[in-house]
Amino acid sequence: MVSLNSYLVLSAILFVLGVIGVLIRRNAIVIFMSIELMLNAVNLTIIAFARYLNSLDGHIFVFMVMAVAAAEVAVGLAIIVALFRTKGTINADEINLMKW
Amino acid sequence: MGAVLFYIFAVVAVLAAFLVITFRNPINSALSMVVCFFCLAALYVLLSAHLIAILQILVYAGAIMVLVLFVIMLMNLRDWELRWGKFRWFKVFGFVLAGLLLIEGIHFLKGYTGQPTAELSEGFGTVEAVGTVLFSKYLLPFEMVSILLLIGIVGAVVLTKKKIKEEEKE
Repeated sequence: MVSLNSYLVLSAILFVLGVIGVLIRRNAIVIFMSIELMLNAVNLTIIAFARYLNSLDGHIFVFMVMAVAAAEVAVGLAIIVALFRTKGTINADEINLMKW
Repeated sequence: MGAVLFYIFAVVAVLAAFLVITFRNPINSALSMVVCFFCLAALYVLLSAHLIAILQILVYAGAIMVLVLFVIMLMNLRDWELRWGKFRWFKVFGFVLAGLLLIEGIHFLKGYTGQPTAELSEGFGTVEAVGTVLFSKYLLPFEMVSILLLIGIVGAVVLTKKKIKEEEKE
């Protein structure tokens, strides 16, 4: 039986990879996918805890997170498409209208 | 057997996640993201979360990544995306910050040695068990999620539609 710690370390590694993606990439879509990666790392933590505590509530939380992620992807990609239409780019460095 | 499968899928998931953030072409990133999602689904099966594993493949690998791939194909790839940019200090800074975060997380986990080894209840993680909880204890949040998805659909349509009035003026 794999210990709970192994799952937690794995999900910590996946979360940090997502953080690195958000910090170093300039393509808005790749930043977006890195955020999805972080959401999935948290999902893995919740499922691992649900398994080791023998509780189904964690599965419901993951279900809710997936629904929120789906809504987030629909709205976020719509924003990226609108941005591409008006600015002609999705490079996060060139979208600096709100930067002081 | 479970441990071997865990390590195989864990290594593949981390490799795929690493490739997501290192590939220059966003399409390659999206495809390795799909690999990562499948590995996570396999890990969910190992944790006896069967319904969540199926949902992971259907919703994430199926719906979300197809949407992302469609949007990538709508955009024109430009040169700056396909070659390594010049060396920037903020990238090094990003790696250092993320490394600190990982060290901090693993440091916290090191002190955690408790092993709750509860025996699983009958039918843990099946559609029936999760559905019973979802439609009794969590009925209100479930209905609110449906409203959230409706708002998401309307928001996506409003954000991407063309402005009709401006076209009529032309």
